[in-house]
Amino acid sequence: MGNKQTIFTDEQFEAYQDCTFFTRKEILQLHGRFHELAPHLVPLDYTNQPDIRLPLALIVSMPELKENPFRNRIVEVFSEDGQGNLSFNDFVDMFSALCETAPRELKTIYAFKIYDFNVDNFLCKEDLEKTLNRLTKGELTPEEVNLVCSKAMEEADLDGDSKLSFSDFENMISKAPDFLSTFHLRI
Amino acid sequence: MAYSVDFNLRPIMELELESLRGDDTAQDSMKGTGLESGSRETLEMEVLTTEGRDRLASQMSDVRERADERSEESIQTNLLVRKRWSTTTLRVLSSMPSRSIGQQSRLEIISQCNIRSTQLRRYHRQTQDVSLSSRPSIRGYGIEADSEDVCEEETKRQELVNNLQSLSAGDRVRLLRATPLSLAEKTKLRKLVFSDKVGQSLLSSQVPCCSLLKRALCHIWFGCLFILSSLQLWQVALKRLGGRFGTGVLSYFLFIRTLLLFNVFLFLINGLFLVLPQAIYPPLHTPSSHRVTGLELFTGTGYLSNSLMFYGYYTNSTINTSCRPDEATAGTGCGTTSDPHMMAYNIPLAYCFTIGITFFITGIVLVYSMSKSFGRSFRVFKSQGNMAIKVFCSWDFKVSKKMSVRMQSENITTQLKELLSEVKGGEEEKGRLSGMAVHLLAWSISLGSTFFCALGIHCFAKYMHLRRLEDAEGEVSVLHEARLLALPGVVSCGNLLLPGLFNLVSWMENFNSPIVRLYVSIFRNLLLKVSILGVLCYHWLGKIAAEPEQHGLQCWESFVGQELYRFLLVDFIFTALYTVFGEFIWKRFSQGVLRRRRKPVFDIARNVLELIYGQTLTWLGLLFTPLLPAVQILKLLLLFHMKKSSLLVNCQASRKPWRASQMSTLFISLLCFPSFLGAIVSVTYTILTIKPSSGCGPFRNLPFMFHSGKQWAQELKSTNHKLAWLNWVHHCLVENPLFLFLLAGVFLMVIYIHTQVLDGQRKTISLLQKQIENEGKDKKFLITSLQAIHEKRQYPLSPSSRPQGSELWRKWSLKGECTYFSLKNTGPLWPKSTNWITGLSLRISALT
Repeated sequence: MGNKQTIFTDEQFEAYQDCTFFTRKEILQLHGRFHELAPHLVPLDYTNQPDIRLPLALIVSMPELKENPFRNRIVEVFSEDGQGNLSFNDFVDMFSALCETAPRELKTIYAFKIYDFNVDNFLCKEDLEKTLNRLTKGELTPEEVNLVCSKAMEEADLDGDSKLSFSDFENMISKAPDFLSTFHLRI
Repeated sequence: MAYSVDFNLRPIMELELESLRGDDTAQDSMKGTGLESGSRETLEMEVLTTEGRDRLASQMSDVRERADERSEESIQTNLLVRKRWSTTTLRVLSSMPSRSIGQQSRLEIISQCNIRSTQLRRYHRQTQDVSLSSRPSIRGYGIEADSEDVCEEETKRQELVNNLQSLSAGDRVRLLRATPLSLAEKTKLRKLVFSDKVGQSLLSSQVPCCSLLKRALCHIWFGCLFILSSLQLWQVALKRLGGRFGTGVLSYFLFIRTLLLFNVFLFLINGLFLVLPQAIYPPLHTPSSHRVTGLELFTGTGYLSNSLMFYGYYTNSTINTSCRPDEATAGTGCGTTSDPHMMAYNIPLAYCFTIGITFFITGIVLVYSMSKSFGRSFRVFKSQGNMAIKVFCSWDFKVSKKMSVRMQSENITTQLKELLSEVKGGEEEKGRLSGMAVHLLAWSISLGSTFFCALGIHCFAKYMHLRRLEDAEGEVSVLHEARLLALPGVVSCGNLLLPGLFNLVSWMENFNSPIVRLYVSIFRNLLLKVSILGVLCYHWLGKIAAEPEQHGLQCWESFVGQELYRFLLVDFIFTALYTVFGEFIWKRFSQGVLRRRRKPVFDIARNVLELIYGQTLTWLGLLFTPLLPAVQILKLLLLFHMKKSSLLVNCQASRKPWRASQMSTLFISLLCFPSFLGAIVSVTYTILTIKPSSGCGPFRNLPFMFHSGKQWAQELKSTNHKLAWLNWVHHCLVENPLFLFLLAGVFLMVIYIHTQVLDGQRKTISLLQKQIENEGKDKKFLITSLQAIHEKRQYPLSPSSRPQGSELWRKWSLKGECTYFSLKNTGPLWPKSTNWITGLSLRISALT
C-alpha cells in the first residue's frame, strides 16, 4: 500500500485473512469505513489493537444499513458486549458473515440470531410478528399479521411445539434457493 | 451396512453426550460457586434451556453482563410458554441436538467444530488409507474430555487445535472461517493452530497459482454470464415493471416475450425454407395495374395480394440449382427434366413440410413448457413452508436505497396478501339461494351475449360477403376496399365491448374469493374468443373454401390469408385505441373531472386473452400467409412498448391477488389447449380435406394439399433409384396409420410411467411425513415418562436422579438415530448429519 502510515501489521492482515472472507484490500477498505464513522475516536493506526467500540447509533447510520429494517438486530447480534457497541473486530465479523462468499451454514446461524428478537433461541410468534412488521412497515392489519404468523409457523414447525427451533429454521432455509444471495450486505 | 451405521453413529452420539456433559458441568460449577440451589430463582435459572450454559461460559472466561439480563427476560417468557417441568428433564430437553444449535455457547461451538474437524480428518484419512480406522481417536478424545471439569474448555480448545493442525491448510482456513465465533476468538484459535508455522499466513503461503488461475477464470465466466443475461430481451424494462407492479403484471410481459420468441422461430423457419427460395427465383407474374393508395397496407389487397406475403404468389415449380433464374421463371420449372443427380428444390413440398415441421416443433415446445410450468406450479402449490420462506428469506439485505426499500416492502406486502387470499379463498364457503340466482343470471347474461355476438358475426360476415359479390361486378374503388375492414372491425368491437360487460356482471355477482372471480372471468372471455373464432373458421373453411367459384374467388387461400391479416391488424389498432382511450383518457377524466385519486387497474386476464387471440390468428394464417409471423412480431414489439409506457403513466398495480407462477401455467396451457390445438385442427382439416384452388398457389392442380408429398415420392421413385427408400419411408410414416398408432402408444406409455413414478414419490413423501409425526409423538412420550421417573425419584432421594435420566436419554437418542439410519439405507448418504429430523425433512424436500 502506498500509504506512509501503517494501519495493520502483516501479521494482523494474515489473521484477518485467515479468519474472515476478506482480502487485504477489503480489510483496509473496511477500516476506512470504520474510521469514517468516527474520525476523532478511531485511530488510523491499528497496530497495537486499540479497544475502541462505536455505539449502535453510529453504525446504524451507515448507508448500507440505514434503510434496513433489521439494522438494529444485525448490529446487536454481532456486538461482543451485547449492547450494540461494535469494535473493529466485530465490524469486520459482521461484514464477513454477510458477505457473498460466506457459506450457507454460517449465514443461516446468523440469520436465525437476527430474527430471534427476544434472544431465547427460538423463533416464537412474537419474533415472527416483529419480523413481519418490519418487513411490511406495518402495512398489514393485525388479523393479517396473525394469520401469516400462524400459517408460517404451521408450515415451518416440524416438531409441533409452536415455535421454530434452529433445525426447523435450517430446514426451511434449505428450501429457499435465493437465501444466499439475499442475505448479503455489500460494502 | 452394519459397519456404516456404526461408523456414522459415533460422532453424532459423541456430540449429544458432549452437550449433556456440558450441562452437567454447568450445574456442578454453579453448585460449586455457592449458588443456593434451593431458592426459587436459581431453580428457574436452571430451568432455562441455554442460560445455564451461558452462565458456564461466563464463569469460565470473561463475564458477560448481558447473559444475566437475557436470562431475566427469558425466565418470564419461558415460564409462560412451558409447564413447569423438573429441572433435569429440562436440561435433557435443552441438550437435545435440535434445540442446542441455534444459540450456542462458545464451548459448544468449539466442541462441534471439533467433531467436524475430526470428521474431516477421518474423511481425508479414509481417502488415503482405508484400513486405518480413526475410531479409537474419537473415543480417546471423549474420555479425555470427560476427565476435567473446570478447564474443559481449554482441553477442548487444545483438542480442536490438534485436530485442526492435522488438517490440510485449505481445510483449516475453511473451517476457521465458517465457525460462528467472534473474530477475537478466532484469532486466538488461529494463533494456537498456526503456532507451528509462526508468522506465516496459510492463505498467503499456500495459495497455489492454479487457484489464482481458477479465480480469474471464475471472474471471466461470471462476466460472460452477465453479458449473456443482459442479452436477454427487455431485461431492464422487465425488472422495472416487476419491481413496480408485482409478479402478476410481470407475467403478462413475460408472456409477450414468450410469444415473440415463438413468432421469431416461425418467421425464421418460414423465411429460410419457403420465402427465401421463392424470393430468389420469383415466378413470372403480370405487372400489377393496381393504384397505390396506402389502404392496401391495411387490407392486404392490391399489390400486396400478389407478393410473397400470401399463398397465391407461390408457384408449384421445382427450383434447380443449375437453372438460370430466367429459366426458372418459365413456370413449371426445369428440374424435372434435367440431370436426376441434381438436387432440386420442390416448392410445394417445401411449403407442406415447412408448415408441418413448424407446427410440430411449436407443439413440442408448447407441451414441454406446459409440463415444466405445471411441475413448477404443482410444487409451489404443494410445497409447505412457502409463507415462512416469504417471511424469512424474501428481504434482500443488499438493497439500500430508500425508494427501493419502500418498493421491496410494498412488494413483499402484496405477495403476502396474495398468499393470504389464497389461504382464505380455500377456506371460504358459501351457497345461498339468492347467490345462486345471481350466478345463474350472470351466467345466462354472459352466455347469451356470447351467443348473440357469435350469431351477429355470422350474419354480418354473410351480408358483407354478398355486398362484396355485388361490388366485384362493378369497378374496384377505395370504398369497396375499405368495406373489407368492416368485418374485422365488428369482431374487434365485440372483443372489446363484451369483456366490459363480463366485468360488470362479475361485479354484480360479488365473488368472495378473488381467485374464483378471476377464473370465471377468464373462462367467459375465453368462451367468447373461442366462439368468435369458431364462427369465423366455419365461415372461411366451411363456406368460402368449399365453393370458391360461387363466391367469385380466384384464389380462396389468398383471400382467407388477407382476412386473417386484416383481423390481426385491426385487432392491434383496437388494442392501441383502447390503450389510449380506455387507459389514458379515462385516467385524465377520472382524475380531472371525477377527482378520484385512483388510477385504472391493468386488467391482466383480458390483456392476456387478447394476446392469445392474436396468436391463434397467426397460427391459423400460417398456411395462407407465410409471412404473418413477421406481422405478429412487429405487433408484439409495438405492443410491448405501448403497454409498458401506458402502464407506467396511467395504471396502478392491480389490487387483485395474482400468483404469477400459477398464472403463467394457466396462460401457457390456454395457449396450448384451445388456441394451438384449434389452429392445428383447422390447418390439418384444410390440408387433408379441402381442395386447393386450381388457379394459384403451390398446390394448383392437386386434389388435396397433402398429395404433393405423394406426388414427389412417386417422382423420386421413378427418377432416382438410389433414393427410393425415401419413398418407402414416406409411405410408411405418413400414409400408414400403424406408425402413428405406435408413436401414440409409446407416448402414452411414457406418460403412464411418469405418473406412476410421481405417484410412488408422493406415497414415499406421505410415509416419511408420517414417520416424522411418529417420531414427534415418541419424543413427547419419552419426555413425559422421563418427567414421571424424575418425579418418582425426587421424593426418596433427589440428587441421584441424573444418571437415570441421561441413561434414558441415551437410549432415546439411540433409537432416534437407528430409525434415521434405517431410513437412510434406502437412499444416498447425507452429507452432514447432526439431526435426524433435518435429515428426514431434507429427504422429503429432495423428493419433492
